[in-house]
Amino acid sequence: MIIEEIEIDEQIGEVGRILSKQERKRGLLIHVLQQIQENDGYLQEEVLRRLSKNLNISLAEIYSVASFYKMFHFKPRGRKIVRVCLGTACYVRGSKKILTTLEEEFGIKNGETTEDLAMTLETVGCIGCCGLAPVTMINEEIIGEIGTKKIEGIVNAIKEE
Amino acid sequence: MKRFNSVNDLISYRKLLLTEGLLIPGKNRIKVCCGTACGASGSHKVVRALEDYPKSDLDIELIKTGCQGLCQKGPVMKVEPYDYFYQKVSPDKASEILSTYITGLPARDLLYRESFINPPIEKMEGVPFYKKQLRVVLRNNGRIDPCNISHHIAVGGYLAIEKIFSSMTPEQVLDEVKKANIRGRGGAGFPAGIKWGFAKKSPVSNKMVIANGDEGDPGAFMDRSVMEGDPFSLLEGMLICAYVICAHYGFIYVRHEYPLAVKNLGIAIKKAEEIGLLGKNILGTGFDFTVHIREGAGAFVCGEETALMASVEGERGFPRPKPPFPAESGLWNSPTIINNVETLVNIPYIIEKGADWFLSMGTQNSPGTKVFALTGKVVDTGLVEVPMGITLREIIFDIGGGIINNKKFKAVQTGGPSGGCIPEQYLDLPVDYDSLAKVGSIMGSGGMVVMDEDNCMVDIAKFFLSFTQSESCGKCPPCRIGTYQMLQILEKITSGNGEPGDIEKLEKLGKLVKTGSLCGLGLTAPNPVLTTIKYFREEYEEHIHDKYCRAKVCSGLGMFIIEQSECILCGLCKQACAFDAVKETRRRFFIDQDYCTRCKACYLACPTGAVKIKKKRHVRLEEVFGIPPESIEIMERRCRMTLRDILKSKPPMIVTIQKNRTIRDAVYTMSEKNVSGIFVVDENNKLASIFTERDIVRCVFNNISLDETIENIMRRDITTFDPSTEISSAITVASRKKIRHIPVVEGDNIVGMITFRDLVSYLLPEICYMSEALY
Repeated sequence: MIIEEIEIDEQIGEVGRILSKQERKRGLLIHVLQQIQENDGYLQEEVLRRLSKNLNISLAEIYSVASFYKMFHFKPRGRKIVRVCLGTACYVRGSKKILTTLEEEFGIKNGETTEDLAMTLETVGCIGCCGLAPVTMINEEIIGEIGTKKIEGIVNAIKEE
Repeated sequence: MKRFNSVNDLISYRKLLLTEGLLIPGKNRIKVCCGTACGASGSHKVVRALEDYPKSDLDIELIKTGCQGLCQKGPVMKVEPYDYFYQKVSPDKASEILSTYITGLPARDLLYRESFINPPIEKMEGVPFYKKQLRVVLRNNGRIDPCNISHHIAVGGYLAIEKIFSSMTPEQVLDEVKKANIRGRGGAGFPAGIKWGFAKKSPVSNKMVIANGDEGDPGAFMDRSVMEGDPFSLLEGMLICAYVICAHYGFIYVRHEYPLAVKNLGIAIKKAEEIGLLGKNILGTGFDFTVHIREGAGAFVCGEETALMASVEGERGFPRPKPPFPAESGLWNSPTIINNVETLVNIPYIIEKGADWFLSMGTQNSPGTKVFALTGKVVDTGLVEVPMGITLREIIFDIGGGIINNKKFKAVQTGGPSGGCIPEQYLDLPVDYDSLAKVGSIMGSGGMVVMDEDNCMVDIAKFFLSFTQSESCGKCPPCRIGTYQMLQILEKITSGNGEPGDIEKLEKLGKLVKTGSLCGLGLTAPNPVLTTIKYFREEYEEHIHDKYCRAKVCSGLGMFIIEQSECILCGLCKQACAFDAVKETRRRFFIDQDYCTRCKACYLACPTGAVKIKKKRHVRLEEVFGIPPESIEIMERRCRMTLRDILKSKPPMIVTIQKNRTIRDAVYTMSEKNVSGIFVVDENNKLASIFTERDIVRCVFNNISLDETIENIMRRDITTFDPSTEISSAITVASRKKIRHIPVVEGDNIVGMITFRDLVSYLLPEICYMSEALY
């Protein structure tokens, strides 16, 4: 994605007609950050600097917004992103154990990435699959009803990569 | 498909679809649930297997629907025209599924069974999970392909749009919505019609409609299922709202954790715009309404309306003070209506069927239905839509099928991190906005998490608070600092370092956070803690005073013992212990308390459950006095019983004497009735005082004549007790005040006299053990 070529008016859509130029740029900020993250995996300072120039929003403000939302990351992340759901339903059905098992197996804490960038371990508030609790998401794939055996399977699958 | 240029185009298209026979009953059709949960259980593979399977000349239509509700038994599917309901299907069952069409008989092993003994249930309506449900919001979920606008129109979608554009003014629509008294389904329950009225009055020309699909509550997935399974109904609801307040721009704010919802909504918007049901010049009426999707970026607080608007504007998701309310000045200072997805999906039906129809469902103050995400320790989890006013018991036990493994129900948590835990005694509470608020919880967005005896309530409170604490945006100090401090105290309690007074501190802090915070997040954040303290104070006290967690969830609490009679000497506990606390002799294993860190490793490792976690006090009583733990429990339970229970256990006898009688009379009465204390009453038979043996001693000592009237010598400051007083507190008060007679009074009525001896004999069997062991 080329920062300099963002079509602001096109991306903001119809509502842009009633907004000032700066409002349009600002309104697009989170959307653009999401696109950058999807492309690069994380937000690099260099890219944000260019974005700041292009959108005419100070770098500090961009960081202030990006750091507020949990979705954005400033460090490279693993090839596999494992998100353990710690929503109520999963918690009640024992998802804490999944998290501790994974933490022990890979020697990383929640929110960290293994050194070889193989995987990032994260928790998530709720993926909305409470019917299958406890649930874990590996990249986009959802694995439900995880028992001791399934944890082993997950661990092996990640280690094989 | 051709663009509709008038309402008549839409009507004739619907007629065309019906004559073509789209979705009419009686045809061979398999409706496979492809919602997120069933998708995760493999429904896409099932669809592929069904598609690839050689069907020879069978003419079967495969429809991938949205969430059908029973996520636990996924993937689920409906086989029409027989209406068989299959659950837990897998790709290798394709031939069995398709053979249904040859034999006409259901594939028995795919049918739903309550248990091995019960016969399988063939149809969806027969499954207990669906029996009590009333599907309004979820009307199209599971019936249609969510991305196919023709399907939506064929089952009656856009009928409301037809109605408003052909025969209703915005005022009439607003009146209808107001009359239906539909309350916001997002949690607070503010009537949608009134909100719309505010925005309509505003003279500003640029108005906005926002559908709030930022469903951040852990344990809730109603909005997601609707957005995934019936996106056109949401667009319809938004369009009606826009028509009423004359707004031209709309936003749908969706969590980024819901990729399928974003995808389906995107497709729906595009299709609706192509066909002229959205965008410019809708149905040729000249009305413009464009809808944009905005993805959230992972902030729970953005579910709060003002924070959500800040997020759409590209700012940090900080809530803003109200007033001004969004309906007056919201997104980019335009009047903005922001409603929950579920609220908006209700609207088309209200317009189509009329407010009276809507009012006929639910209760007087909370009409309509509500979708709940029933999860936790129930047998059948999933999406449930019920009329308001149904009891919690019906939802949990009739629909949800009760608790897993027949454990004991402990509490149900409604309203997510903003709600409270409702204990067993309120299971028959009708579910509506007002009655839930009365017991300290809220309706919330509709998460309903059931907990059983294996869940520690202190731990649950800590879980919710750690969620709100980490999600607090940090703008206002009561929420930022208050939740942090409360969490610290809870951490302390659950790790076994609780101190007396912690509960009171929590209550005080909770009230402060509740009153001082700016937005809904902070205002409700202490609710889980406050309600668990209210209903499960005992558990908090156990954690603090006994260092014991009855659910055995919190580590670092209790005393670990190996029950020799249950131990099979496998040695797993010894392997599991990282601190060498499990010692081995020739014949047994035991735990060295000096080394034990209470990490629970041995408890979890033991295959027979021989490792027990007990209260330290109990272990000592057992060791020193040989009192079996059951007896201690009985005694502790009895101490928690009330004075009324004691009165019931002894013959009812109330001995009274008029206060103008003499001491001599009193002594005679006492001797005659063989009691040690009597009630003194005035001329209206109201309690004036009591007269006991100790009073006689006092009279003799002071040389008072026996012919003195009682009135002159009686004590005027007697302590009376209510029958609902707990035995333990009565004992405490009595021993502190050094009294032996406990007069029990209910209002003006004398209920009975309890002496210290009654108390002792009531608790006797257990105390006997103690005294036997002592001497």
